[in-house]
Amino acid sequence: VRTRRLLVASVIVWALALGYSVRALPNPAPTISALQQPAAAPPVAAPAAPANADCLTCHEDDAAARADGSKVVVKPAIFDASIHGGLSCVDCHQDLATAELPHPEKLQKVECSTCHADAAELMKISVHAKVRADGAPGPTCASCHGTHDIRPKTDPASRSHHLNIAETCASCHGNQELIAKGIVPVDVTKSFADSIHGTVLAKSGLMVAPTCSSCHGAHDIRSPSDPASRVAKTNVETTCGTCHEGIARQFHGGVHAAMLLQGNTGAPACQTCHTAHGIQRSDKESWQLSVINQCGTCHADRLATFRDTFHGQVTALGSRSVAGCADCHGAHEVLPASDPRSPIAPANLVKTCGKCHENATANFVKYDPHADKHNFDRNPALYFTAKFMTLLLAGVFGFFGIHTALWFGKEYRLKRERPRKGAK
Amino acid sequence: MSAPQPIGGRYVSRFGRTDRLLHGFLMLSFLGLALTGLPLLFSHARWAPGLAAVFGGIRAAGVLHRIFAVILIAVFVIHVGRLLKRVILEKDYSIFWGPSSLVPQPRDLRDLKDHFLWFVGRGERPLFERFTYWEKFDYWAVFWGMAIIGGSGLMLWFPEAFAWVVPGWVFNIALVVHGEEALLAVGFIFTIHFFNGHLRPEKFPMDMVIFTGSVSEQELRHERPAEYERLRRTGELDRLTVAPPRPSTWTLGRIVGTTAVTIGLVLVGFIIFALISS
Repeated sequence: VRTRRLLVASVIVWALALGYSVRALPNPAPTISALQQPAAAPPVAAPAAPANADCLTCHEDDAAARADGSKVVVKPAIFDASIHGGLSCVDCHQDLATAELPHPEKLQKVECSTCHADAAELMKISVHAKVRADGAPGPTCASCHGTHDIRPKTDPASRSHHLNIAETCASCHGNQELIAKGIVPVDVTKSFADSIHGTVLAKSGLMVAPTCSSCHGAHDIRSPSDPASRVAKTNVETTCGTCHEGIARQFHGGVHAAMLLQGNTGAPACQTCHTAHGIQRSDKESWQLSVINQCGTCHADRLATFRDTFHGQVTALGSRSVAGCADCHGAHEVLPASDPRSPIAPANLVKTCGKCHENATANFVKYDPHADKHNFDRNPALYFTAKFMTLLLAGVFGFFGIHTALWFGKEYRLKRERPRKGAK
Repeated sequence: MSAPQPIGGRYVSRFGRTDRLLHGFLMLSFLGLALTGLPLLFSHARWAPGLAAVFGGIRAAGVLHRIFAVILIAVFVIHVGRLLKRVILEKDYSIFWGPSSLVPQPRDLRDLKDHFLWFVGRGERPLFERFTYWEKFDYWAVFWGMAIIGGSGLMLWFPEAFAWVVPGWVFNIALVVHGEEALLAVGFIFTIHFFNGHLRPEKFPMDMVIFTGSVSEQELRHERPAEYERLRRTGELDRLTVAPPRPSTWTLGRIVGTTAVTIGLVLVGFIIFALISS
C-alpha cells in the first residue's frame, strides 16, 4: 500500500511538474483526468490518454496549423482562464483519448451535450438548429460561446455575459456578407444599438436593460413567425411584460389584446407601435408623432379624417402641442367609445378633452375630432358648408379666370398694335 | 405702362396717407398670415414642413399667425372706425352711394358688360369712375373675408370661450370655412388682384398709386375718364392736384410691391403644386 501511495504521489508530482514546466504558469489547476484517475492504471500499463501537456507540445506553437493553413493554436493561458480550464483536452476531444500522436487532422465534433444536455435539448427546437438541418450554415455552440476560451456568463469577459450578448449575436446578425446572401435576416443591430434598450445597455451599462436573449431566448430561439416564439404577436405581451409588467396589464385590458387572444394576428402587439428593435423612449416627440401614422395603417379612414382637423395638421407638421391618437384614445388600454371605461366614452369626454382644453364643457366636447366634410350623415351643416365653399371658390375663380384671360388678351393685342401704328 | 420713374406733369391725389398706411399693414399682415397659415392648410404637401420651419416650426408659425391676425383685425377696426367717423361726425354720406362709394351700383353692371364687350372687340372701353366694378369686388371680397376668416379664426383661437355660445361641432365648420375662405382670399389676391392691379400689359410691372397715393393726370384721364371729367367739371381736380411722387417713395414702392407680388406668386405656385400632387 505504501509503495502504491508513493507511486501515485510520484505520478502526480511528475504530472504537476511537467504541467508547470510546459505551461510556465504559476499554479496551474490540477487536471481532472489526473484527479479522476488516481492511479487507476499503473503508469507503465497500456497507452495512457495524452495529457494536456502532450497536446500543447504541438498546439501551443503559434505556427500550429492544418494542411490548409487554418490555425489550431491553443494558448494555455486562455484555456486555463476559461471555465473549462480544469478539464483535460480529451474530455471534450474524446476521440483523442485513444488516438496515437500526432493524430489525424480530422477529429470527431466536440459533443457539448455530453455535459450540457439541457442546453442541447433546447437548441434542437431553435431556428438556428432548423437552419442547420436545412443544410444552411447556422450557429453551433461554439459560434456563440467560443471554444477554448469559454467563460461563464457571469464573467464580464464572457461572450454570453449580458452586456456582451448583443455583440455576440451581431457577429452573424450584423454581418453584411451573411445578410446579403439572405442567410441572416435584415440587419437590426444598428436600430437596436440606437434604441432605448441598446443605449441603456451599452452606454449606461444597466444589467436590467434587455439584450437579444432577454426577448428571443438563448438556446431555444424561434422564428418570430413561429406561434411559439417569445416574440410572436400573441406572446410578446408576456415577454415585454417580464419587465414592463404594469404596461402589459394595461394592454391586456384593451381591445387590441382581446383581439390577439382571439388569434387575430392582424391586431397590434407591443412591437407594432414600438417597433421590435429600434424602440424609442415613449416620451420622445418624434416617436409619438410617428405612432399616429402607425395607428393609421389599420385605421386608415380615421387617420384621414384626423388629418383634416387642426390636431391632425399640426401633428403632421411635427408639433406635439396638440392631441394625437393616444391622447384621446389611450395608449395601451384602447377601448371603444361604447365601453364606459374608455376615455372617449361620452361620459368621459369632458375630462379627456379637459386634459388640454382646461375649460372644456359638455358643449365644447360636441366638437368632432374626426369630422368628415364629405359625410352628410355625420354633420349635415359641415357637409353643406363645405359644398358651398367649393361652389364659391369655383364660381369666383371661374368667373375671374375668364375675365382675366379675356382682359389680358385684349391689352396684349393693343400693346402689339400700338408700336406697329407708330412705325407706319 | 408705368415708367421706371414717375412721369412728369400734373399728379392727382387718389389715396390719402392713412389709407395707404392701412393698405401697407394689410399687405404685411395678409402676406404673413398666408405664409404662416398655408403650411397648416396644406400640411400634407411636401413643402409644408419646410415653410413652417422658416418661421421656426409650426408652433412658432402659429404664434406669428396670431400676431399678424391681430394686426389685420386692427387694420379692419381702424378702417371701419374711419368710415363711421366720416358718416357720424363729418356727416359725409358719399360712401353709401354715388361715384365715391364702394357700394355696387347699376353702372357697375353696365361697366362689367361693356368691359366684356370691349375685351372681345365689340365696343369701346367703358368710361370708368373712381371705383371700378372689379375694385369694388376686391374691396367687398376682403371685407367679407375679414369677417369670415377673422370670425372663424377667433373661434379656433379661443374655442373654450366660444363653446359657451356655440356647440363644439361649429369649430369643425369654422376650420373648413377658415381654410377654404383663406384659400379663396390668397388665390384671389395673388392672381386676380395682382393681375388687375399690376401684371396686366397696360400696368406691368406695377401700378404705383397705392404706394405714392397719386396718379398722373394723363393716366387718370385714360383709366377713369368719367372720374376725370367729373373732377374737372366740379373743380375738384385743382384741389386734388399734388406734387409728383418723390423718387424715393417711388423706389420704396417698387421694392415693397415687387416683394409682395413675388411672395404671392411663389405661394400660388406652392398651392398649385400641392393641389396637383395630392
